[in-house]
Amino acid sequence: MAVITYRQALTDAMREEMQRDETVVIIGCDVAYRGNPFGVTKGLLKEFGSNRVIDTPISEAAFTGMGIGAAGTGLRPIVEILYSDWITLAMDQIVNIAAKLRYMFGGKINVPVVIRAPFGAGGGVAAQHSQSLEAWFNHVPGLKVVTPIDPYDVKGMLKTAIRDDNPVIFFEHKRAYAMKGEVPDEDYTIPFGSAVVRREGADVTIVSYSYMSIRAQNAADELAKEGINCEVIDLRSLLPLDYDTVMRSVEKTHRVVIAQEAHIRGGIAGDIIAEIVDKNFDILKAPPVRVGMPNVPVPFNVGLEAMVIPNESTIKDGVYRVMKSKVGSV
Amino acid sequence: MPVEIPKEVLKNFKCYTPYKAPEGLSVKKQLGMFYTMNLIREFDTKVTDLWMENKIYGIAHSYVSSEAIAVGACAALDPEDYIVSTHRGHGHCIAKGSDVKKMMAELYGKYEGYNHGKGGSMHIADVENGMLGAQGIVGGGIPFALGAALSSKVLNKGRVSIGFHGDGGSNQGVWHEAMNMASAYKLPVIYICENNQLAISTPLQNVTGQSDLYLRANGYAVPGVLVDGYNVFAVYEAVKKAVDRARAGQGPSFIEARTIRFLGHFVADDQWYRDLDTVKPYWSLEPLGRMRAYFLDNKLAGEDELKIIEQQAVKDVEEAIDYASNDCTEPPAEKLYEDVYAGGEIIK
Amino acid sequence: MRIITYREALREALKQEMGRDDTIIMIGEDIGRYGGPYKVSQGLFDEFGPDRVIDTPIAETAIAGAALGAALAGLRPIAEIMYIDFSFICMDQIFNQIAKIRYMSGGNVIVPVVIRTQMGKKGSAAAQHSQCLEAIYAHIPGIKVITPSTPYDAKGLLISSIRENDPVVFIENCGLYSSKSEVPEKPYTIELGKADIKREGNDITVVAISKSVRDSLEAADELQNEGISVEVIDPRTIKPLDSDTILESIEKTHRLLITHEACKTGGLGAEIAAIVAENGMYNLDAPIKRIAAHDTPIPFAPKMEDYVLPSKNDIIKGIRELMKE
Repeated sequence: MAVITYRQALTDAMREEMQRDETVVIIGCDVAYRGNPFGVTKGLLKEFGSNRVIDTPISEAAFTGMGIGAAGTGLRPIVEILYSDWITLAMDQIVNIAAKLRYMFGGKINVPVVIRAPFGAGGGVAAQHSQSLEAWFNHVPGLKVVTPIDPYDVKGMLKTAIRDDNPVIFFEHKRAYAMKGEVPDEDYTIPFGSAVVRREGADVTIVSYSYMSIRAQNAADELAKEGINCEVIDLRSLLPLDYDTVMRSVEKTHRVVIAQEAHIRGGIAGDIIAEIVDKNFDILKAPPVRVGMPNVPVPFNVGLEAMVIPNESTIKDGVYRVMKSKVGSV
Repeated sequence: MPVEIPKEVLKNFKCYTPYKAPEGLSVKKQLGMFYTMNLIREFDTKVTDLWMENKIYGIAHSYVSSEAIAVGACAALDPEDYIVSTHRGHGHCIAKGSDVKKMMAELYGKYEGYNHGKGGSMHIADVENGMLGAQGIVGGGIPFALGAALSSKVLNKGRVSIGFHGDGGSNQGVWHEAMNMASAYKLPVIYICENNQLAISTPLQNVTGQSDLYLRANGYAVPGVLVDGYNVFAVYEAVKKAVDRARAGQGPSFIEARTIRFLGHFVADDQWYRDLDTVKPYWSLEPLGRMRAYFLDNKLAGEDELKIIEQQAVKDVEEAIDYASNDCTEPPAEKLYEDVYAGGEIIK
Repeated sequence: MRIITYREALREALKQEMGRDDTIIMIGEDIGRYGGPYKVSQGLFDEFGPDRVIDTPIAETAIAGAALGAALAGLRPIAEIMYIDFSFICMDQIFNQIAKIRYMSGGNVIVPVVIRTQMGKKGSAAAQHSQCLEAIYAHIPGIKVITPSTPYDAKGLLISSIRENDPVVFIENCGLYSSKSEVPEKPYTIELGKADIKREGNDITVVAISKSVRDSLEAADELQNEGISVEVIDPRTIKPLDSDTILESIEKTHRLLITHEACKTGGLGAEIAAIVAENGMYNLDAPIKRIAAHDTPIPFAPKMEDYVLPSKNDIIKGIRELMKE
């Protein structure tokens, strides 16, 4: 098996799908000649031509809408939003049109569009280039939302996204492009809605996704040395979300920490906790803990920035909190 | 005798052109267009009545008096070409050849309707027939038409797409973004602005410095023309030219089909904010009377023949109402989650 | 005290504040002579003129952006987005500009913008005109989010919002415009970030948002006959959220049901459930239940719309289930 980068996994997935299916096209700012700012679409213009790898003006609403319209009429476009923060410019097209069209039309149309959007904070790019907005899309029926982080998952899930007949929001983490992992040479896909247990443990479950699942594993390694055995779940896909794997783990550990990079308030972690306390109320021996960003925009100064981005030590603090809580009376 | 248009109306309306069929358009086809215009008139007249009687519900917008635009435009298309509609979509649907029975069933919220009762008036669609749906967001469908044109170009389908929108939609950011992109990529898209000069209650000239909207297109190197939006032949000719241009790979066109909104923004709008007396003389511009007079004056059809066509439209709408109210069923509860996702998938 | 509608209460707040402070302007679609599609701003154009009640083209992005610019230059604009569904068009202006500019500038500016909008069921208005999106607003730092449920709250909270120096998204509910309650004639304020216990009870706490407050109160009335005493809390401000009031109530009732008209997944109910689980789990005797809309777009057919949206009966059923635990 080859060891390749996250970036290469994305490129390979798109290249192989474009070779397999000529209706797959790429649309976005700087995707063609420049090969995207992170190098993800490099070489694709040369291979597939400007009819299929399309540089756009900086017009997020119109080029996303164009991708949606093309998806409704026979293409399978991959639309790239250069930074996920700017998905705000295309929200009407995504939420009011892409997500709802099939339902509004009584199932008479498919909208197989993938919207790729790099998200996440780090590196001092401040409030408008650092956000994690996945929770918004989780609140919108008709969309699928995925956040793979391991190169193997990234390649397999991007292929699944491209072959899916529904609109898929595919969040890539900006810090992950150079990360490496083993990826098979042969064609494969990974179904949405299946989480993976990255590390088994009996004391506490850490539910996480995207870059936070890496940090959770790091934290778990450190905690293991202190005698706390964490089970780390990487959700990979947020909508649909694999609650079975989450519940199974919590039934074993009776303690849960949910770690996300997004703002805690209104984030995915709230949903996961709500599901646990609704469906499996008696299972928890300690109050659940959420780890995430506080209620501030991401500041520029790297010292301040480091204070808001959740990391290994905030996850560890969360685990300490959930371990310290006495066994509940419930 | 042609319909007499008051001088003052001609002066203010600016783009009046007399009815005269272009060469090559057979009388049979002209009469077919007359039927479709009557069908739209009858359909939306009845829709307004039915809404007032609480038989249909939701938000419905009438296409009455704009019939010439949808019919003229769709007559210039091939059946496989695409149209993207606005919130005022019944006329577009009918002009594209949709079945008024399934349309009425949809407006009644029935499972047999085009959208299985999930869309209603504002989202009515007949995708198989190239009618890519009405949109409730003003300007929301403009990029969609761009995408349909992109599909056609990439897949070499030779289809063109029409993006209908109103003067309201032309002031949204996406109009400008899409016009620029259509021009840059030379996409086979035709943007038709149904400029009825009112966005709900707001007159266009109050909120734009350039109310000759067709002039804006030139700023994007897109040919822009102004046509009499009550003249089905004028619309047909302008769209035909744009279609030929699009099929030849020469890119997009913009057509401002100007009208004056006679009726309310939606079916129950009493328009208290306008002096309707000043609007009255402009009714002389409405398309059905002018087209009728054109047939008679040029001896292309007799009174009897026109009456038969008009009665056919009335009958077809009656049957549609009968179908929707007697032969159709309510969508069952177990269909609630159906159609959110493709392939029967349900995510809860 | 005088009884007026929610719509009239809002109008009175706008009128009194605009009379008090001539830096307050309104900007939006059809708000002038037309008075807004739900008649909230009726008469204000005649009273304050076209310079202060400004009709715009259909251009949500520019409406929100212009309000921000005007606020930075000394005005206190009230921007109206006709339906909250349409606010997706101007999300960049709201979330990347309005919500962040004070923080990005290191606190060097104030942003006294109010974005007024309305949400909720109209009756077969379908997928693009019926959404409830308060949870989306509650996720992003830098804005305050208000969801008044009574005419009294509507007036006081709108006046407070207009006087607030941070951006406020003020979300009215279309289904409440004609509802009535006692409202003082004089201007008054209601502290933002303060929940209101709409009904006291001992057996179960119901936290309800916007129109669901009314449904919950009706449910509580019915359950009273069965001997179930329901406490109904209206957060009124969902950002910042007054979690103390909710947690204190649960110390008393030990049971919690949350209800809103927005869809369940990703809704505010999840956030409130999480806050309570984190901070008040030991006080709970039963699971936390959420009664919300199904996770589908809002369908057109009335029957289907009824299936999707939560009702008083759903709330009653949910409470009975929790009381069995």
